[in-house]
Amino acid sequence: MDSNKVLNAEGLACPMPVVKAKKEMDNLKSGEVLEIRATDKGAASDIPAWTKSSGHELLEQDEENDILTFWIKKS
Amino acid sequence: MAEEKNGSTMIVFDGDLDKAMASFIIATGSAAMGKPVTMFFTFWGLNVLRKENVKSKSEKTFMERMFEKMMPRGPGKLKLSKMNFGGMGPKMMKKMMKNHNVSSLQEMIEMAQDLDVKLVACTMSMDVMGLKEDELIDGLEYAGVASYLSEAEDANINLFI
Repeated sequence: MDSNKVLNAEGLACPMPVVKAKKEMDNLKSGEVLEIRATDKGAASDIPAWTKSSGHELLEQDEENDILTFWIKKS
Repeated sequence: MAEEKNGSTMIVFDGDLDKAMASFIIATGSAAMGKPVTMFFTFWGLNVLRKENVKSKSEKTFMERMFEKMMPRGPGKLKLSKMNFGGMGPKMMKKMMKNHNVSSLQEMIEMAQDLDVKLVACTMSMDVMGLKEDELIDGLEYAGVASYLSEAEDANINLFI
């Protein structure tokens, strides 16, 4: 899936993935897509929760070799 | 903002390393979710905001100096609420945090300030604990119970830690 920006949050523990996601998202324009890669197990539910709470749209979520990838469209 | 009630507030009462970490994780997470966050530090919680190894230059009474000496100076000196083991506990926990890539409390405080989390020191407990502004970190606000309550009214998450 295409994205405008990739955020590598691999190896980072809670709450860093959502903190970094917020900071990256601030630099994007509405409609652009942020791709987030994380390895923190909690991110599997944290990133969707963050997306919902901050009003963005989770387009897709994937897990491969313990790496979680999310594609999020900025509202 | 009053109609939306989407803020978060935390009263940080305890000055333990583990509780302070929990507070700052919730605060930074909440700020990342776009909420206005206020952390209100009172009693032992004020020790989290102390500068490390800084002696206050303000005029103090004997009792105030005693409190200053006896209480932990800043995030690096805090004890654990459980399994402190005379300081071994915090050392072990910091090692485990490092191994698991968890940010240190100092980093979390900086992150919180960077995310515009409002850090408020309770002036009444500063007086009671003998702490002065010159020994607390920069970027704090100083207020009392009414300010906290007014922030809490605009928030839908209010925690006492």
